[in-house]
Amino acid sequence: MNLLALSWKNLTFKPLSMLLSVVLFALGVGLISLLFLLENQLQKNFEKNLAGIDLVIGAKGSPLQMILSSMYHIDAPTGNISIKEIRPFLNPKHPLIETAIPLSMGDSYKGYRIVGTQTEILDLYQVEVAEGELWKHNFEATIGAAAAKDLGLKIGDTFSSSHGFIDDDDFAHDHDFKVVGILQASGTVMDQLLLCTTQSFWLVHGHEEEGEDHDHDGDGEPDHEAGEHVDHDHDGDGVPDHDPGAHHEEELPKPLIEEGDEEEITSLLIKFKGRNFQALNMQRSINENTDLQAATPAIEINRLFSLMDTGEQMLRALAIVIIFVSGLSIFISLFSSLKERKYELALMRVMGAGPGKLFLLIVLEGLLLALIGYIIGMLLSHGGMQLFAGLMKDAYRYSFSGLEFLKEEFYLLIGALLVGFAAAILPALQASNTDISETLTKA
Amino acid sequence: MLQTKDLQFSYKDGKSPVLAFPDIQCETGEQWLLLGQSGSGKTTLLHLLAGLRTPTSGSVEINGTAIKGLSKKHLDQFRGQNIGVIFQQSHFVRSLSVQENLMLAQRLAGLKTDKTFIKEVLEHLNVDHKLNAPTNQLSVGEQQRVNIARALVNRPTVILADEPTSALDDVNTEQVIQLLQREAASANATLLIVTHDNRLKSIFDKQIRL
Repeated sequence: MNLLALSWKNLTFKPLSMLLSVVLFALGVGLISLLFLLENQLQKNFEKNLAGIDLVIGAKGSPLQMILSSMYHIDAPTGNISIKEIRPFLNPKHPLIETAIPLSMGDSYKGYRIVGTQTEILDLYQVEVAEGELWKHNFEATIGAAAAKDLGLKIGDTFSSSHGFIDDDDFAHDHDFKVVGILQASGTVMDQLLLCTTQSFWLVHGHEEEGEDHDHDGDGEPDHEAGEHVDHDHDGDGVPDHDPGAHHEEELPKPLIEEGDEEEITSLLIKFKGRNFQALNMQRSINENTDLQAATPAIEINRLFSLMDTGEQMLRALAIVIIFVSGLSIFISLFSSLKERKYELALMRVMGAGPGKLFLLIVLEGLLLALIGYIIGMLLSHGGMQLFAGLMKDAYRYSFSGLEFLKEEFYLLIGALLVGFAAAILPALQASNTDISETLTKA
Repeated sequence: MLQTKDLQFSYKDGKSPVLAFPDIQCETGEQWLLLGQSGSGKTTLLHLLAGLRTPTSGSVEINGTAIKGLSKKHLDQFRGQNIGVIFQQSHFVRSLSVQENLMLAQRLAGLKTDKTFIKEVLEHLNVDHKLNAPTNQLSVGEQQRVNIARALVNRPTVILADEPTSALDDVNTEQVIQLLQREAASANATLLIVTHDNRLKSIFDKQIRL
């Protein structure tokens, strides 16, 4: 029967009296740990996807929104920009730009975003094809590992895009994409995307406009079957619109720089040759002199984090208050339990326990309470995080995990034990000062 | 062996009179009765003997050790190992079972826990069937037996009992006293019972009056 076992028995003897303290403690600890986890994993997710992109160019609007939609594929895009406006940036001879990657967004398949872009985007994220090949022709798609797994798509499968980012058949385009490749899992946003050519986007939407004209007879079905599609040369660029499978013989899409002025994309990811003064100046000059908007991802993400930081600090302060109150509650329940246990403490002294042992006994009870609270709190936060990870995956296709542990949580354990110790110290002193004879005489 | 000399005690409040106790000399293995009316300082004397209070003057010697000279920590340990105290009311560590309470007594005295001996003592006292029972499920008689068991479990050389029979009926009183006498004799321990219970007068021939 050692002291630790005895203090455990004392706690479990009257579990209800300690319940409030433990629950409060668990809430406080759980909240703090959850904040740590969220901040850490958000930052990790965001940083992993910075991918060396120096500048994002898109339509005017909120720079943060543009960054979120173009780089992290959450939130809606700010609008479209025309090839005419961005043609200078597409020039491979541009003195400052190393890579400029166009993005076309706005369509999705079962919640997974379809992005029209060039294969160079994979170099930014350092992702390679695991199976099959890269998209080359229109209506070929190479898809992210997570998307492939979740959607159950294999090479050779087809899917049709639908307008917008929600899974809604009413907005389905009647054009099928064919999966030609699957990317390796990288932990970046590439895992979640369905990639195709920029021109596929134009063709889908160009076709849509005509399709809508035809689809007013009320049967709600597309008016023409795949077989009777009339190839239409929407923009006069000589790229016809075809069924999947029919495009091997097609010519490859033209480089974007050669496309017509009026064609539009959503945004442009830029990587500079070097981060020099001129490069930095480019952002300002785009924002001041054109209808375009340029934003630096790192700056916008920092801004986002500092916004969140304010809320986080509030929550953390709240959690600290909760822990303080729970410490107070531990103090009160230990103190009142001492009154009931006065005689038994005196008895322990008679049996040979020195004052130090009684002190240690009560301190151990405080520490045990804190430890139990800490463990329950950690279960709450990591369980909550795991739950949240599921939600985040459904909503944003981002991977979070409740199974990661941080070193901050170890510090949190030390903090928790300190609170338990502080709460127990006065009752413990009182216990160690038990006057044996007095107590026994009065009993 | 238990020995006192010129023992005096006064409470610090200043109002109570100074209590002066007769010198006591109990040899090893002897069984004594210490009689006195309520308020005569019986319990105070017992606490002085057990080292739970410090006398104003005079000395207490147990097996040749003057307990006055011991540090607080050593005194606690000395008491745990050498003196078995039985109190008027039976109190236990409420969260522990009978066996665990007895094991705690061994542990706190700085001795090894000895479950076999615990079982033996409880068998002697006829409460071994309550070995794993929570202490709040014992009858008054059983409580007192476990109380005695706890005083015996460290094989003390001096057993001090404070009114061990005051809460018991005649039948239980006789049993408990017999048990105390038997156990003290078999352990060759000095037994000193402090009481105002006249039922015990006829049983013990060695008596001290306050």
